[in-house]
Amino acid sequence: MPVDPWPEDQPRLDIDGLLDDPTTRVVVCCGAGGVGKTTIAAASALRAAERGRRVVVLTIDPARRLAQALGLEELDNVPRTVEGLLPGTTGRLDAMTLDMKRTFDEVIETHATPQKARQILENPFYQALSSSFSGTQEYMAMEKLGQLRARAEGEPDGWDLIVVDTPPSRSALDFLDAPGRLGAFLDGRFIKVLSAPAKVGGRAYLRVVSAALGTATSALSKILGGQMLRDVQTFVAALDTMFGGFRERADRTYRLLQEPGTQFLVVAVPEQDALREASYFVDRLALEKMPLAGLVLNRVHTPRVENLSADRASAAAEELQETGEHPLTRQLLQVHADRMHRRERELSVAGRFTGAHPRVPVVHVPAHPGDVHDLEALRQIGNELAKG
Amino acid sequence: MGEPYRERHRDTWLNTLDAVPVVEHPPRDTDWAGVRLHVVTGKGGTGKTTVAAALALALALDGRRTLLCEVEDRQGIAQLFDVAPLPYAERRIALSPGGGEVWALSIEPKAALLEYLDLFYHLGRAGKALEKMGAIDFAATIAPGIRDVLLTGKVYEAVRRRKAGTPVYDAVVLDAPPTGRIGRFLNVNESVRELARAGPVHRQAGSIMALLRSPMTVVHLVTLLEDMPVQETEDGTAELRRMGLPVGGIVINQVREQILPRPVLSEALAGRLDPAPVHAGLRAAGLTGRGHRALAATAGTELMTEGLIAQAVDHGVRVALENRLRHRLTRLERPLYEIPALSGGIDPGSLYRTVSVLREQGMA
Repeated sequence: MPVDPWPEDQPRLDIDGLLDDPTTRVVVCCGAGGVGKTTIAAASALRAAERGRRVVVLTIDPARRLAQALGLEELDNVPRTVEGLLPGTTGRLDAMTLDMKRTFDEVIETHATPQKARQILENPFYQALSSSFSGTQEYMAMEKLGQLRARAEGEPDGWDLIVVDTPPSRSALDFLDAPGRLGAFLDGRFIKVLSAPAKVGGRAYLRVVSAALGTATSALSKILGGQMLRDVQTFVAALDTMFGGFRERADRTYRLLQEPGTQFLVVAVPEQDALREASYFVDRLALEKMPLAGLVLNRVHTPRVENLSADRASAAAEELQETGEHPLTRQLLQVHADRMHRRERELSVAGRFTGAHPRVPVVHVPAHPGDVHDLEALRQIGNELAKG
Repeated sequence: MGEPYRERHRDTWLNTLDAVPVVEHPPRDTDWAGVRLHVVTGKGGTGKTTVAAALALALALDGRRTLLCEVEDRQGIAQLFDVAPLPYAERRIALSPGGGEVWALSIEPKAALLEYLDLFYHLGRAGKALEKMGAIDFAATIAPGIRDVLLTGKVYEAVRRRKAGTPVYDAVVLDAPPTGRIGRFLNVNESVRELARAGPVHRQAGSIMALLRSPMTVVHLVTLLEDMPVQETEDGTAELRRMGLPVGGIVINQVREQILPRPVLSEALAGRLDPAPVHAGLRAAGLTGRGHRALAATAGTELMTEGLIAQAVDHGVRVALENRLRHRLTRLERPLYEIPALSGGIDPGSLYRTVSVLREQGMA
């Protein structure tokens, strides 16, 4: 049995309470890259489905074997039903992986006339923007969430719970900030100048501005080369008609994240960097009045032996070493001491988070020696999430 | 170039359950002589900043001067060396025995763009006008690739910088974006060459790509012995090779000690570890579990035996998985370096231990 590592008054995250609550409509899994967000998202979604909810999970960049476990080999940007749920399950689980370029293309196609859309999709600047733009993935994840939400509400038997994974950026905050940056860009003065520099001139008092802009655009064309600037201008002009749609959608999705039906699960591993990111994110959620369900502390090493400290195990191992007898017991005690040391390091790092955020509900999920490659392994993680 | 580390170990790694033995390394036999730019990438959480910093320190021994750059605005270097946040200026952050120096630079894209404008176009005033309009923000944070163009451009400048005919830095180590983005990051100048079909940007992009593809550059990948990081290392290596970018060494970080000998691991994995001798050993060591009454004590020892055996099985599963992953890494046919897991967190002390490991294994 694992030793209870948490301060008495640190609340436990009640994952079943969260997933069973019919008012929970969206669960967003956030955290730094490499902490197991996708796995936690998938495990929560599976658990919710097997507890009777109609769930869709949006994964981003899942590990190959996890994708296979969910039957996600086909990346066609639409949700597919996951087979193999427990017999007698009344809920259902659909899963999909985000294709950011496709999602961007679809937004363009929905909002522009076919002719305009073609013009935009063929623009080299757009092609670069939609596939390699830093922040596009975050924006498109947000966009996809908005679409799934709209579809869930539009169908009588539609999903009643959406679980979203977030892009593997270094900073969890990127998920919240990148769409805003895109909005600022689309709304910025710069884009207006690029699309219609002539409009700014004319009046006497604007002459100074106009001169500055003239210098600026000529400087730009010097640096970027005339062709690239023309590509950008054509793109901006073509996009102009749909800016409203874009911004509105981004704003609407952002507001969706502030609704009580949305809950954030912050995922971290017991390491300094990951918990620092988790801390930033928790503070930020509070500032934005976005509802935080709690922290999932993933890959915690729990000892399987109670009441045997690292020191005591090491001392006993040394004693056996001296007598030269019972080599197996000595080795097993060394394994235990190693595990306990690791455990102590993890608890000390985690203690900094819980010390700073004593009211954030926490649940810890033990580290697994192997990797997740089937639904049973996901189910197991779901059980551990629930056990706390 | 010396005999790569991998060659020296190939036979032992082929046997996946064997521990990697500690091998005597020949003195000063480095694998990357002549390389001027070391790009260090890795999946998030693998410790690439620590490896990059240790490499910069290791390369600075013997009186040389190196520059350690970061490009992600995260002040990882300052945290690692426990110094105040780095400004956009080169600062000396460490001295090494023999008069070597490590300098550090946190490249901020906006500042890099303004510097670039001033340097190449003398655009002092126009630069300010651009900034007022948000063009700098646009270019530095939004425009596809422009940000990466500026970052790689600055690194290129540092590698090429000369004073009195000799390079200012003997080597530049770049703490680069993670493996998932490294191909796109390094190859951005290729796309720029296609987008800007003429003009100074086109030419500059061409020079940067030439440096990155030359024998003066290598891209090292940092990984852990875990499924995802190894998968990303494989994908990253394939991508870099496709792009014609030079793959350097694979650095396996946080390699954990293998405590149990192979026969015990095999028995554990087969579920055949006999509890009786363990039980006897615990009693001999005076670990009789809790409870003063004899019966409770025996029950306690039994529980302890059971737990210890279960932990041996976990250990065996992990070692087997790690050896499978290590074997996959050897198939990438690149030099492998292994950094043992250090107890405690990453502090300047552990950083210097990593430096000696890299030196011993011939990475620097």
